[in-house]
Order: sequence, then C-alpha cells, then structure tokens
Amino acid sequence: MLTKRYEVQKGPEGYLPPAAAMMGIVPSEPGTSLVEGQMVLQETAMEKVADALLQAKNPVFFPGPLILWAWKEGVEEKAQAIKELADAAGAKIIPMPDYRPKYPMINPEIEINPNHPNLTIWHNNIDVCLFVGVHCHYANIALKLIRGGTDCYTIALCAEAGHEDAMISLRDVGLDQIRQITEIVKKRKETQK
Amino acid sequence: MRNLFQVSAAFEDIMPAEYKSLIENGPFGGDKGVTDLGTFKELLEEHPLCAGCGLALSLRLILASLPNPEHTIIVGSTGCSALAFPQAAVHNIHSLFGNQNAVASGLKRALSLRFPDVVKDVVVIAGDGATADIGLDMVMHSWFRQERITTIMLDNEAYANTGGQESGMSQEGAVLNMAPKGKNFSKISVPELAWASGCAYVAAVTPANPRKLQSAVRRGILAARETGSSYIQVYSPCPTNYKFKPNQTIEKVKSREKDGTYQVREYISDEAQLLFDRLEEVKNG
Repeated sequence: MLTKRYEVQKGPEGYLPPAAAMMGIVPSEPGTSLVEGQMVLQETAMEKVADALLQAKNPVFFPGPLILWAWKEGVEEKAQAIKELADAAGAKIIPMPDYRPKYPMINPEIEINPNHPNLTIWHNNIDVCLFVGVHCHYANIALKLIRGGTDCYTIALCAEAGHEDAMISLRDVGLDQIRQITEIVKKRKETQK
Repeated sequence: MRNLFQVSAAFEDIMPAEYKSLIENGPFGGDKGVTDLGTFKELLEEHPLCAGCGLALSLRLILASLPNPEHTIIVGSTGCSALAFPQAAVHNIHSLFGNQNAVASGLKRALSLRFPDVVKDVVVIAGDGATADIGLDMVMHSWFRQERITTIMLDNEAYANTGGQESGMSQEGAVLNMAPKGKNFSKISVPELAWASGCAYVAAVTPANPRKLQSAVRRGILAARETGSSYIQVYSPCPTNYKFKPNQTIEKVKSREKDGTYQVREYISDEAQLLFDRLEEVKNG
C-alpha cells in the first residue's frame, strides 16, 4: 500500500519508471487538470503552463500526427493556434510526424519519436516540452520515457482525458483553451517587461 | 495526394523533408510501379534486414506494386519481415504469430462497414512459418470463407531469425543450423492448397522477375476486391541461413527456377479472368 502520495516530478527517475497510473494518479475530472499528479482547476493549470514555458531556457513543442496532418476539419485552425502559442512563448517546434521506430535512428535535430524521445531531448538540451496532438498510447509511452531518462519538464495538452504521466496535463483542450493559454502567456510577458 | 495527406499549413516549415517527399513524390495515387523504382520516394527505404536478403527485395517490389497504397493496410506476423514493417510508410498491423489471416478477415469486414464507399485493400504479408505452418489453419479458413483479402507469403524456406529451423516450405533434404540431419519431407504445395481451397487467384512468383511479381500482386489485390480470396507466394531466399553470398540472391532464385525446384505458376478462376479481361479492355480504351 502506498504510504506517500506519488508526485509526477521531472526526472531522471531511472530505468523503467512506473506509470503514474500505477502509483495512484487518476485522470482529472472534466473542467480540471493535473499538476504534478494533483487535481487543480483548469485555469490554475493554464497559469502553470504559462509559467513553465516562460521560465524555461529552451522550451520546445512536440506536435503529433493528430495536429501536424490536416486530416479533418478544424485541425488547421488548431495547428495555427498552437503555432501562435509557441511563438508567444518563444518555443521551438519539433514534430512527431508518425510513430515508426525508424532504423537506424531518427534525426534528433528535426524530429522526435515516441519510442526514444530522449534522443531529441538530450540532443537539443530541452528543459520544458509540450505534447499536443499525439495519440494517447504513444503520448503515455513517451512521457514516461522522458520522466525516466531526462530532467525535462513535461506538459500535455490533450483533446481527450489527459495524460497522468505529464507533469502538467490539461484535458479536453480545444481551440478556445489554446487561445486562452496564449493570452495568459502574452499577459505574463507584458507584466515581466 | 494532397487531399489525403496534407500537412497543416502552420507546420509546413518544420515538417521533415522525407514526409514532404512522400507526399510530393511518393507512390500514392497508384501511377507508380516496379519499373519506376529509383525515381520516386519508396514506402520502405532503410531496414534492419540482412545484406542480400531476398525477403527485403521482395518486400520492396511488393510495396512498389500496390495499386492503391494510400488505402492499403498490411497485416504482418512474426518473422524477419516483422523487422522491416515498422519502418514502412504504410499502415501495417503486427499480429500474433499465425493469426494474420484471422486478423485481416476481421479488419476487412470492419473497414467495409466503416468506409462503405471506399475500397480498402487488406493485404497479409507473412513468412512461410506464419503462413504454411503455425498459421495454416487461419490461412486456409480465410480462404474457405472467401474473405476478400490477399495473402502474400515471403517464402525463405526457413525460420530465419531464430537461428535457422526448417519450415514446412523448406525443401526435402534441406540442412540448416537447427536442422542438421536434413529435412525429412517435401516442401508443402501451398499454391495448390490455395487453389483447392477456393482462391480466385493464385500465383507463385520470384523477385527475379519484378514485372511478373508486380502483375501477380496487382491481380491478387484486384481479385480480392471483386471476387474472393487470393494467394501469392514469393520465393525470397535467405543468404544468412542457406549460406550463400549476399550478391548471389537473384542467381539462387534463377537456378531454382531452372532446375524446377521452384516453379513459377498461376491459377485464375473464370470469374477472376473475366475481371482481368474487363479491366484490360478499360485500360486499352
């Protein structure tokens, strides 16, 4: 039985870290989010996302196939909103176009792969990353691997139920929520001037 | 193909070149074939298979022969080919060893319900162990049921990535690392089994004749769309386990064809022949 509440903190946690779900972290309720494993109001989590991005030395967005490819109506708008958020936060964007475990290896300079995400994080010295548009299964794998092998702080903007393995996990994220985070980032930057 | 595969405009500048190349100069759209190899971005480029692997060559030719790769789902199984499929830029599913035709049957039926207005080709590509030994019951029952799928066997006549055991497709007398006394019975005649099981189109081909291989793959897939199950066997010799030099793979194929121990052959049902004739007429205007 767990005696201490598990906190989803940045790693490196070591080889084969436990899935946060195994340590008792459950998905947040609709309207709420997870920050380091604790359920908070979504607005609070949005503030935390803005803080993490603006305090980072090298924040990077990892858009996945669900947003990189314009496969259905509405994706283009969401992609544009993510680009605007990245620009506002001064973040670089490195894509995850598909999930093939490429042989002999990916080029970590220009892409990230969920099967060995650490290569891209180590190569580019990324200290904060943001996942968006990555299918649930691969997001969970990659987020766990990152926690296991790097000290990168992870954020997941998820259109579904969120990802317990991210340090900040927002669920049900649509166009409005992305724009809301962008506004918070812009306001923070204004007050920092 | 930009309608089907389109990068979100906001991310066009950061998309790696290989993906842009697949969209702009890939095989999608069905107008590329084996004679165009070297002029377009292929679905499978780098892979971890052995030097001179006959299976890798066959796979490359099969993928270049797909009539509609953007709407093709490949179902694979355990074996050497399973090492290459994850690298291929085409939808593929790895099934449990031997289950591939059962998985493909369900997948084809589900796709027909989900996309009633789009033709989705479900193509099983598996080794001889998965097709003729461990999965033979699933394979044959899919044929008995006339599932609208194409089954392609990459026949390297061995369990090649587990040290070299004999398979049902090894020749009688074949000596392998894990079969030192030589195989005691003959190679299974799977094309004849497929024909007797009711397949509408059956072919045994080799990578030594890419055009013939392409024709078989396309006929097999077209027959599966319109008439019933189809089966294609591709002899893909293994230099690692049969201990010949990697640059002798095609030579090996040709010598087996010449001495009659691997016979290229084709069986076409009347219904499938009518279909091919009709398509040929349309093609020729």
